[in-house]
Amino acid sequence: MTTNSDEQRQPLDLAAARQQLREKKGKDYWRSLNELANSPEFEKVIEQEYPRQASLLGTLNRRDFLKVLGASLALAGLTACVPQGSDKILPYVKPPEVLLPGKPVLFASTVLQDGYGQGVLITTTMGRPIKVDGNPKHPATLGGSDVFMQALPLELYDPERLKQVMNQKTAKTWGDFTNALGSLSGNWGQGAGLRILSGMTTSPSLIDQMGALLKKYPQAKWVQFSPVARNNSLAGANLVFGQPYEPVYDFSKADVILSLDCDFLFAEPGHVRYGRDFGVRRQPISANGTMNRLYMIEGSSTMTGSNADHRLAVKPSQIEGFARAIAARLGLAVTAPTGDVAGQPWLDALTADLKSAGKGALVLAGERQPAAVHALAYAINQALGAVGNTVNFIAPVAQGYAGDGYTALKTLAQEMSSGAVDTLVILDSNPAYTAPADLDFVKAMGKVKNVITLANAMDETAVLSSWAIPAAHSMESWGDARAFDGTISIIQPTIEPLYGGKSALELIAALLGQPVARGYDLLRTYWQGQLKGGDFALTWRDLLGKGVIADTASAPIASLPTATLNGMGALPAAASGMEIVFEPDYTVWDGRFTNNAWLQELPKPLSKLTWDNAAYLSPATATKLAITDGDMLILHVGERNMQAAASIQPGQPDDVVVLSLGYGRKEGGSVLANSGFNANLIRTSAAPWFQSGLQVTKGREKYTLATTHEHWTMENRDLVRSTDLEDYKAHPNFAHDGEEQAITLYGQEERTGYAWGMSINLNSCIGCNACVIACQSENNIPTVGKDQVIRGREMHWIRIDRYYKGSANRPRFVYQPVPCMHCEKAPCEVVCPVEATSHSAEGINEMTYNRCVGTRYCANNCPYKVRRFNFYKYVDENVASMRALRNPDVTARSRGVMEKCTYCVQRVNEARIQAEAEGRPIADGEVQTACQVACPTQAIVFGNINDANSTVRKLKDLPLNYGLLADLGTQPRTTYVAQVKNPNPMIKEEA
Amino acid sequence: MEILEQTPIIEPGHTSLSVTSAIADVPLTPIRRTPVGWIAGLLLAFAIMMALLYAVGALFIEGIGVWGVNAPVGWAFAIVNFVWWIGIGHAGTLISAILLLLRQDWRTSINRFAEAMTLFAVANAALFPILHLGRPWLFFYLMPYPNSMGLWPQFRSPLVWDVFAITTYALVSLLFWYMGLVPDLATMRDRAKNIWAKRIYALASLGWRGSARHWSHYLSLYLLMAALATPLVISVHSIVGMDFAYGLVPGWHSTIFPPYFVAGAVFSGFAMVLTLLIPLRAAFHWKDFITARHLENMAKVMLSMGLVVAYGYLMEIFNAFYSGDIFERANTLDRFTGFYSPLFWGLIAANVVIPQLLWFKGVRRNVLVLFVISLIVNVGMWLERFVIIVQSLSKDFLPSSWHIYLPTIYDILTYVGTLGLFLTLLFLFLRVLPAISIFEMRELVHETGHHNAVAVENATDGKAQVYPAKPTKKEADTAKGGR
Repeated sequence: MTTNSDEQRQPLDLAAARQQLREKKGKDYWRSLNELANSPEFEKVIEQEYPRQASLLGTLNRRDFLKVLGASLALAGLTACVPQGSDKILPYVKPPEVLLPGKPVLFASTVLQDGYGQGVLITTTMGRPIKVDGNPKHPATLGGSDVFMQALPLELYDPERLKQVMNQKTAKTWGDFTNALGSLSGNWGQGAGLRILSGMTTSPSLIDQMGALLKKYPQAKWVQFSPVARNNSLAGANLVFGQPYEPVYDFSKADVILSLDCDFLFAEPGHVRYGRDFGVRRQPISANGTMNRLYMIEGSSTMTGSNADHRLAVKPSQIEGFARAIAARLGLAVTAPTGDVAGQPWLDALTADLKSAGKGALVLAGERQPAAVHALAYAINQALGAVGNTVNFIAPVAQGYAGDGYTALKTLAQEMSSGAVDTLVILDSNPAYTAPADLDFVKAMGKVKNVITLANAMDETAVLSSWAIPAAHSMESWGDARAFDGTISIIQPTIEPLYGGKSALELIAALLGQPVARGYDLLRTYWQGQLKGGDFALTWRDLLGKGVIADTASAPIASLPTATLNGMGALPAAASGMEIVFEPDYTVWDGRFTNNAWLQELPKPLSKLTWDNAAYLSPATATKLAITDGDMLILHVGERNMQAAASIQPGQPDDVVVLSLGYGRKEGGSVLANSGFNANLIRTSAAPWFQSGLQVTKGREKYTLATTHEHWTMENRDLVRSTDLEDYKAHPNFAHDGEEQAITLYGQEERTGYAWGMSINLNSCIGCNACVIACQSENNIPTVGKDQVIRGREMHWIRIDRYYKGSANRPRFVYQPVPCMHCEKAPCEVVCPVEATSHSAEGINEMTYNRCVGTRYCANNCPYKVRRFNFYKYVDENVASMRALRNPDVTARSRGVMEKCTYCVQRVNEARIQAEAEGRPIADGEVQTACQVACPTQAIVFGNINDANSTVRKLKDLPLNYGLLADLGTQPRTTYVAQVKNPNPMIKEEA
Repeated sequence: MEILEQTPIIEPGHTSLSVTSAIADVPLTPIRRTPVGWIAGLLLAFAIMMALLYAVGALFIEGIGVWGVNAPVGWAFAIVNFVWWIGIGHAGTLISAILLLLRQDWRTSINRFAEAMTLFAVANAALFPILHLGRPWLFFYLMPYPNSMGLWPQFRSPLVWDVFAITTYALVSLLFWYMGLVPDLATMRDRAKNIWAKRIYALASLGWRGSARHWSHYLSLYLLMAALATPLVISVHSIVGMDFAYGLVPGWHSTIFPPYFVAGAVFSGFAMVLTLLIPLRAAFHWKDFITARHLENMAKVMLSMGLVVAYGYLMEIFNAFYSGDIFERANTLDRFTGFYSPLFWGLIAANVVIPQLLWFKGVRRNVLVLFVISLIVNVGMWLERFVIIVQSLSKDFLPSSWHIYLPTIYDILTYVGTLGLFLTLLFLFLRVLPAISIFEMRELVHETGHHNAVAVENATDGKAQVYPAKPTKKEADTAKGGR
């Protein structure tokens, strides 16, 4: 640069530089400081402000200068070298309570799914949270988890999160915002123009604060909206009981379950717990001797339906008729259809089964079904005596919510359009994307002068907002939440907000005129007021340690009135023609997880589709419409239409197109770009779940969908061995029919000491994928992107194989999780020319990454195809936040190296070190693999098979135990417990 | 032998001098008079070779991901090409070593060329095992060498056997070829006009003077080398076959593979020799040396090897059904009807059906038809390896993991590029070295001349003394010059 231009240059404004630096933390801080120090302007400022040091400029290098002059700024940055917050957070019951280098610490906390709390334990290592698992003491999880919970660490470290307060696309600070808010709130008066839109809110402290806000601005309104909220469930209760009660199910007591389109293993609040209770009763040799039986009639192929003993896929509009027919047969006063209903052949046998189960019966209706079906389900349960046993009703967990989200949002949109709304505050919601098409929410937002959004990323709503405030992640903020049954648990931050995010509590406090209130103080003050008596400091301590506030589950409604079906209305006319059906997505839910690459790349349980959603059609429908996989379809519903790629899925009902929510997003990150199709374009507030009158036209283009599983059937190979309960009783050894003893020329090595093995119970596995994400999180498994998945290069170490049995029109589904089998005679080991894969003395088939040259011979020779190859350098070494995500105990693999399941050898070794230090053997259950911990149904058991008393050994001694492809002589250490189904012998399933 | 009389292995009327100049003048053409056809051919081959450079550059920079290989199909083009090139190499060794030991005179005019072809094919083949590694810079982990890790390669792995088999084969082939060149290099030295050419040939000819003692040592060494090279013809491709037979994969796991791979190798090798020689003999006017009889003999070898290969196919199919193994059976049915079935039927047509035309003399004698058949067999053998490797891997035990493989542009460029490398080496070889063994041709001229003269009086004497002490070049020239 020349001296001339130097003259013209504006001198650096130190105030502006401080402003710029104020937003930064830790490493970022340092980096920008360095950049600043390099600039000639900075040098000039130094000269002006510290003339005495100026003489040093020539002799000191930049680094020394920073030492001398940047001290105050640098120290501010240094605080962030301890990422854990300054507020006292307390680890989960287990010690250590201090930070030991390299030793993970667990914290009990809570994560939210649509407002409902799920108790978790967060593993942190050196102050970085890296793993989330269920909290065994929390009723919603009992230690199990689901995919969303498992994928949270990636969300936390997502480099595309909103990092700064944004005002009309310019970066501002929280201070700027609160200043602006000060002048803004001056005009609110009674709050007539103030509206708050939030997602479902169960947090007692937040509800309390909202109360305070609404008290201060009595004319303000608070609207709760979630596209997948429990609306019909509450409305159904309102219909029969006169109050919007919320049902809570107890599957541990349910013998006969009839699910009316209810995907309770995935979509209902409490699904993780439900999965556990359901799974316990799925065992042919269960604790109390009886195996449950699940009937499923559903309007799409759901995960729950795939686990049913009897499954019927029908148009969702047909289910009400079926429910009425059942209710009528059980003697309820309801108009039943006169002719045959869908599922007619089931009716007699099913009614008899329900009757004989009595209070052990459970009938549930899914959110997709209208209130009438819920009402019928509740009435049937009550008539059978199941209320109080398998189902209880409690006051809505989202306090004050009456199941009217869509109506409320519609009213809000109308108010906004009419200009009545002056300020809209949006918390935990992305209405610009999720609002149904008929509300024209984006247009309505344009009419609102001030939109303040607490946003995770610059999503569809945030880009349209006047103020976008970075939201603190639930792992960064203090809070509380109630679970599906009302149990309250605390949200403890395990890391300081990475990007200075604010929690909802803090934002509402700011609205109340407390711009510097801290979440910790707000929460603690609230609970100090609630938990009276005793030493609060001790109570608080105990509460943080356990994560759950004991005995806070909602009491069942004491005097539940007898259900009246008077308000049911007439039987709706049978709809003809095709129907469009929506469902929350199995990997991205309603769209809030669409920028999470782990979830994007997770194969959906049934379709095994990744990176997209698609218009699912049954084979018969596809044939009728002459549609093939990947055809672009134009879906017309009413005056709206949208495009979506077709995917033919056996098991979907005929004359139906099923589309999941959450895709086709436009803003908020690079991962969600160009993935899937936005169902909200044709979803209306009047019919958010299904609608008839669908017209499908075939477009000209083709679309490539990435699936990980291209073949549907097992090709008559006995991979998943299953039978019916009756047959099992007659042939307990059925899993070994036709099995040949593999002969070998080589002797069997004696294995003494630990012999690690795994048992996977196919009766328990519901196909939920939690293990897949848990493994990805534990073992630093990279994602590869859609084009690589198309090329068959996904990296998951455990996958869930899904096969269809029977015909394509009426298939039965089976799942089979497949990790490495750790064969005693491993075919991969002998073919590796460099001995990069070898057997440990304890029977673990190990990979030596440094030795691997990448011949891929081992992968070719692995009959289970569990080996994964780094075709490219998939691991991201450049993004700093992604480095923080990684488990320090597991090597990150580079390009050209083979990898696979290690039975979480790092956990085995950690337990060994502990046990050896204490001079004892490793106890049974002391080592739990990541997949095992994550499994909501405890289908996976790991342990020492040399120990005759270990759980895994006992499972392996069952006659149901079998090895996958064991005929090959591989002697797999991972074995399966064969599946037994419990169909009703009275019902003959048509093929 | 009727045919022998009808179609000599060298056309009559040749003298040692005429043979020598016909062969040696090709490489000794002054640079300025380099034929335009050769320049054009080399440039084309060189340009094709650049595709290899580009594809391998991308491969090294980006990783194996540039190829189409995926989770079930871990091996594809690279290994197909490897087996194909190694197979092609086999004809050279077979012609030069085994036919030498079997005293087949007709091999004389084609062995040098076939050996060169072997070398270049092996050079190409040897590229692939390194290119296909995920971390090619660590290829030396496969070699046994003392190291600080205290680790040997794993001797149970067929890939380690491959390393030994291929390095041995390449080395022996190179030595054998070079040994055979020495007397000819001396001829070149003596005939070269250009001082630099003379010096280089002199250096390469290792001071060969053609004395009786030289010849005596030379011939015993040559025979020994032939004996050493012979088992390699069998072993190399047996071991390559074991790479697959050793695996569990249905479609690989078969004891028939080693012999069937050897037969396939010879089959494809002879096809390649024909593919190359037919245009060359026309271009260089060598029809007198590479006569219809040569082509016919090679066609017969191809036919018989093709039958062995066909037997292999048949046995594989039979065993798949006879064994009752559902995986093998499913694999075979998938070959018949699956995604890759056009390739399977293509290879059956190319390797089994079409070569049956060679039963007809008219076909064997029709150079153009023979050329086309040889091309078809080359393609067919490539397809065979593709089907064995890719189709088998794409559908193995668990249907959940089935996935097809499709090549990317880098797969194709790498393959085509090696053809360029092969042709480039071949063009350079033709330009600087005698493509037909001069001294052996002179011997042939001598013998056939001798036959013609003494046949009546001593008809049974023909092969009594196959390798008489060779006359020196000068002696030969003087003795036979007048004929």
